[in-house]
Amino acid sequence: MASDADNIIPLVSQAYAERLAHRRTSPHGDLFDLLEQVKDPEIPVLSIWDLGILQDVTVTADGVEVTITPTYSGCPAMAMIAEQVEEVLRGAGHNKGNVVSRLSPAWTTDWMAPDARMRLRDYGIAPPESAACPNCGSGDTEVVSEFGSTACKALYRCRQCLEPFDHFKHL
Amino acid sequence: MSETQTTMNPVAHYAMRLGDDAVISAQRLCEWCADAPTLEEDLALANVALDFLGRTRMLYRYAGSMTGQSEDEIACSRDASSFENLLMVELPRGDFAFSMARQYLIDVFEELFFAALVDTTDEELAGIAGKAIKEIRYHKRRSVEWMRRLGLGTEESNQRLQAAIDELWGYVDELFAMDNLEQQLLADGVAVDRAVLRDAWQSDVCELLEAVGLAVPGSEWQVSGGRAGVHTEHLGHLLSEMQFMQRAYPGLSW
Repeated sequence: MASDADNIIPLVSQAYAERLAHRRTSPHGDLFDLLEQVKDPEIPVLSIWDLGILQDVTVTADGVEVTITPTYSGCPAMAMIAEQVEEVLRGAGHNKGNVVSRLSPAWTTDWMAPDARMRLRDYGIAPPESAACPNCGSGDTEVVSEFGSTACKALYRCRQCLEPFDHFKHL
Repeated sequence: MSETQTTMNPVAHYAMRLGDDAVISAQRLCEWCADAPTLEEDLALANVALDFLGRTRMLYRYAGSMTGQSEDEIACSRDASSFENLLMVELPRGDFAFSMARQYLIDVFEELFFAALVDTTDEELAGIAGKAIKEIRYHKRRSVEWMRRLGLGTEESNQRLQAAIDELWGYVDELFAMDNLEQQLLADGVAVDRAVLRDAWQSDVCELLEAVGLAVPGSEWQVSGGRAGVHTEHLGHLLSEMQFMQRAYPGLSW
């Protein structure tokens, strides 16, 4: 007979489960919660946690250090996100906030939070795993351009409702 | 290598020249901005350019952490003879077929190069390579599509693409040339051995060229010099535009 552990169906990616475990065991869970306020400037329904770029928060004598992994190497939103992190920290009384960038391991869409995918779709952007139309739900869609309005998105069109839409690229 | 850089830390030097390849590529791609055949293509080229620029910044920042220079200083305060980019990337953008053909040849090369650089003993370069390789695979997917479309398109598009490949072929040897700096860094486990990438590159490229109705050019002539700071006349013109703001207002920031 299978043990209970064998019967558990994983609902999140291994990579996300590891991130979540790290957050839950962190002594600075409150800071993780606080930083949920920082949203992607281009996709305001996603926080930096949802996007999978918030990796770690530590507190040293020099203040709060926030580690983020950039999505795309040239993404201009990164500078703005770093500014917002410092602003949110200052607002909560942490005057010394520092954002450090960690390149390795490289960011992957597998780090995105599961409910973020639903919010993306509601916002009109097809999430990484599926290029189904976020407007009518049809799977009958086509690529218009491999590159969309930002580095992380491709441009698609629905053959059913004929609406164009953004698809968050799977990386 | 150029005279001013012979005394530089070898790893900084290596990072800087890889950054030079990326920044010049980005600048050429950006020239299509607002001038591409369609709006989608305009966005695509600008996006690819942005990836190259992001890679440039990571490499220049790393080099600068050893030489004490800022990213802007490295990009905008050096003259053409201090740049060590490959000659292929500085050639004028030409027509759309030329830009697509160059991008394709570079993408195939970079996919091999950065996949190998992931295994470097230098942790920072390995991290940058790990980031870059994911973007490069995406770039290549797109340029392969354009090679098919233009090669198998009309007689005109096929001819233009063939002319581009014929011209670019003379700059291919340099992609695989190892100079003293890279030989030394290879022995240290830092640099990639470019020479061993050639067979894989050649078979990948030739296979596609034949599949899309293009002839593989012969190697009648080959030029090199970029790694030694000896460039075509085109680089100076490119730099005069790229560096204008920092030259006119040194230290300017946004």
